[in-house]
Amino acid sequence: MWTRKKEEEPVSARPSSPIPTAAELSREGIPISTAPTRVAEPSGGAAAVGKSVVVKGQIFSREDLYVDGEVEGTIEVQEYRLTVGPNGKVHANVKAKEIIVQGTVHGNMEASERIEIRKEAKIVGDLRTARIAIEDGAYFKGSIDVIRAEAPKAAPVSPQPARPAPTPTVPPARPEPSKVAAAGAETKS
Amino acid sequence: MTQEALVKKSHGLAQFVATIRDEAGLTILDLGGISQENVSFLTGFGHRLYSEDLLRTLDSLTSEEDPPGGPSQRAQIEAFLAQCFDFGPGTLDGVLAWDTLQYLSRPVLLATIDRLYETLRPGAHMFTLFHTAERPQEVPLYSYRIADGETLYLVPRGRRLTVQQFNNRGIERLFERFNAVKFFLTRDNLREVIVKR
Repeated sequence: MWTRKKEEEPVSARPSSPIPTAAELSREGIPISTAPTRVAEPSGGAAAVGKSVVVKGQIFSREDLYVDGEVEGTIEVQEYRLTVGPNGKVHANVKAKEIIVQGTVHGNMEASERIEIRKEAKIVGDLRTARIAIEDGAYFKGSIDVIRAEAPKAAPVSPQPARPAPTPTVPPARPEPSKVAAAGAETKS
Repeated sequence: MTQEALVKKSHGLAQFVATIRDEAGLTILDLGGISQENVSFLTGFGHRLYSEDLLRTLDSLTSEEDPPGGPSQRAQIEAFLAQCFDFGPGTLDGVLAWDTLQYLSRPVLLATIDRLYETLRPGAHMFTLFHTAERPQEVPLYSYRIADGETLYLVPRGRRLTVQQFNNRGIERLFERFNAVKFFLTRDNLREVIVKR
């Protein structure tokens, strides 16, 4: 009856009923925005996927992101920190500046600065990062590549092109300038 | 480290490290589970480290109800090998097996050694330890952590029954497909062995 659990169904962060759910929008391939202030927020005011939230698709964030629910797909928080909370279950490839894992991650993770694996964490996947910290008790299965910062090269003798084409380092622009967007069909990592 | 660790000087480790320290970008497999010390030490050479907790995977897959050699056990061995050694032929440049091999039953051990032979690059080395007790017995189980190129921290992680015992001849027979087996004398109850593919 009224006590029926709702977390079995994927839910979007927008709760009002006339608006289609994230799953419905995902089927249509329409990007949706989630409002970080409407879900349970961790300290620090990061965007959050609460522990009763299931997201299937892609997440791009332009602020720190806290995942304590379930995510299946991909997560890109290129310039910010991703925290997978103790209840978090991520089946996704992840890219972020910094990644902290307390929960479960199945997928490859790439962090431009550091990855921190807490003692409760369970990770299956390949890691690529500049620095890594691992607490005793964590479970990890996979490979670790530590990226070494290259020493600055001497000034080139021959002149360089004035403005070389920049390498894209950010995800493609989204139709909506939302901070967090979940979109796309269900993708497997 | 939160627990009291023993400190062990290891000539076997020193020899293993000597085989991997001069060339960056090698692929090393650590079968003792993940630790900050081993990750820092091995990736410090510029190597890629694969981490696998062999005993934990073994425990998650095996059932005491299965008769040795039965169809279920064969399937379990295949699943075990697939989970722990999902590498192409000759892709590993070094293996840190620690004392894990001694806790494997005979069929699993032989299949594991065959798989190690296949996945190690010719000329690559494996470092392994064997308890010296003459009969299967419960021994301290450690997490082996590299302090430096010749020193290990042994962090206790309970106790476990060794399944098989080997003398030096038995160890040589075990690795007879390999190119060379080298033993290191120690003052404690662990034989240190370097095996060359």
